[in-house]
Amino acid sequence: MDLYAENILDHFRSPRGKEPLEKPSVEHHEINASCGDELTLQLRIEGKKITALSWSGTGCAISQAAMSMLSEELIGMPLEKADHLEPEHVKQLLGVPVGTRRTKCALLCLHTLKNAIRKHVGKEMLSWTQMLEPR
Amino acid sequence: MNLDTDVIRRQFPFLKKLREERPVAYLDNAATTQKPQAVLDRLEQFYAEHNANINRGMHPLAEEATVAYENARSIVSRFIGAASPQEIIFTRNATESINLVARSYGELLKKDDGIALSLLEHHSNIIPWMQLSKRQGTTIDWIELQEDGRPDLGSLKNILKKKKTKLVSITGLSNVLGIRTPLQDIISLAHEAGAKVLIDAAQLIAHATIDVQELDIDFLAFSGHKIYGPTGIGVLYGKQELLQSMPTFLGGGDMIASVDRDGFVPAELPRKFEAGTPSIADAIGLGSAIEWMESIGVDPMRAQTKHVLAYARKKLESVKDLKILGPTSGNDLLGCVSFTVDGIHPHDCTELLGQKGICLRAGHHCTQILHKYLGVTASTRLSVAVYNTEEEIDRCIEEIIAAQKRFRK
Repeated sequence: MDLYAENILDHFRSPRGKEPLEKPSVEHHEINASCGDELTLQLRIEGKKITALSWSGTGCAISQAAMSMLSEELIGMPLEKADHLEPEHVKQLLGVPVGTRRTKCALLCLHTLKNAIRKHVGKEMLSWTQMLEPR
Repeated sequence: MNLDTDVIRRQFPFLKKLREERPVAYLDNAATTQKPQAVLDRLEQFYAEHNANINRGMHPLAEEATVAYENARSIVSRFIGAASPQEIIFTRNATESINLVARSYGELLKKDDGIALSLLEHHSNIIPWMQLSKRQGTTIDWIELQEDGRPDLGSLKNILKKKKTKLVSITGLSNVLGIRTPLQDIISLAHEAGAKVLIDAAQLIAHATIDVQELDIDFLAFSGHKIYGPTGIGVLYGKQELLQSMPTFLGGGDMIASVDRDGFVPAELPRKFEAGTPSIADAIGLGSAIEWMESIGVDPMRAQTKHVLAYARKKLESVKDLKILGPTSGNDLLGCVSFTVDGIHPHDCTELLGQKGICLRAGHHCTQILHKYLGVTASTRLSVAVYNTEEEIDRCIEEIIAAQKRFRK
């Protein structure tokens, strides 16, 4: 199957979840230094749930589409659940074969999300290695 | 003399690979070149027939290995016009060569001594000097670029005026913009100010003849794998008196003349800087790569490569919404061209082209400082070698245009 399937290109061309958010509970920025992909994620957290979000970013189609797809299912998700999302879950969302080469592009959204949650609850940031290790 | 590209291509097993029934168009030669059969055969022949450790075994086979290894050193020495093979140190790659200078020559430097680097440099010619700054308190002065990306010699003059520069360490050919730097001018300016010069020739070595004596180069670093040789072998050239004045680098076997409880006496050059068993086969492979280039004709090879690059630049310029980084004309443009395409990240561009068997490189090409200066996070690079053809460039352009269409639907 093609990496640039129509759903990926659709999310890249018309990303979801980028509408500005007022009074976010937390904002977090991550960068993929090796290729310059960047994501900034804002979350509004109420009652241990994500109730609203907004993101912005630049980078390749995979990194941006993955953030767009992930953002669609985060509203209403308990923090605990969001924090335990597995890398595999994002790969399934994308639904295309993400090789070793593009793993970091695909998972930058998850990295940003998990560290945003950690920032909010005052836990230490995860490194890439920690994030990629299945718990 | 025109080269017969078909004849050359047939000597490269890698180029027989097919993608969608067409041969792979390998245009990532600034990263590493493919290897001709002659080099592959030489490596196999060494391991099959002459494999032994060098310098110590007294059995006849060990001597064969030593002779072949030293012969490779002589080939390299002749290739760059060194005064003697003793001035050729085998390392793992250009990066290790520069690190050797930073560690060893660097040990002779003091707090506030200056190292001048250009904004074009690859990380391998930046980080060792940053590490040296941490150890010794040396400083880094940045040679600025002109608007078009060529180094600003006025900036170098201003740096040298401060009279603290001990070394100007600069690339001979940018691995991103494909700009050949004016070495003659840079070297005379540095020498007039009493500074030594290190030339990072990782890219230049493939595209121009370098005569270290004629240019009066103090140190020169390059890798074998970018000139059709194996990975794992690099070269540091240093003027004999300089190398002699420098402290040892890695310690271990082979680099000593004698050892007792109180200490050691270093071996003479070049072994002083070659601790442990070196990449014997790869050094011999590098020697055979140079001989292979000479058998084709080094000048015609370079003329051919330059011609294909000029063709690629012209074609790329005609693509809408594609921006070439750095200068677009000049006789000093060699080896590679980098560009950005509006709306398509370089990783997506190279991914799509790669699916069609066209190999380019995407990213910051180990030049984050240069990319920041240029105001882009990443770029796509096309780099040429002797086996590339205009037809490959045409295919590449077609696929870039197809990628643009696909992303813009």
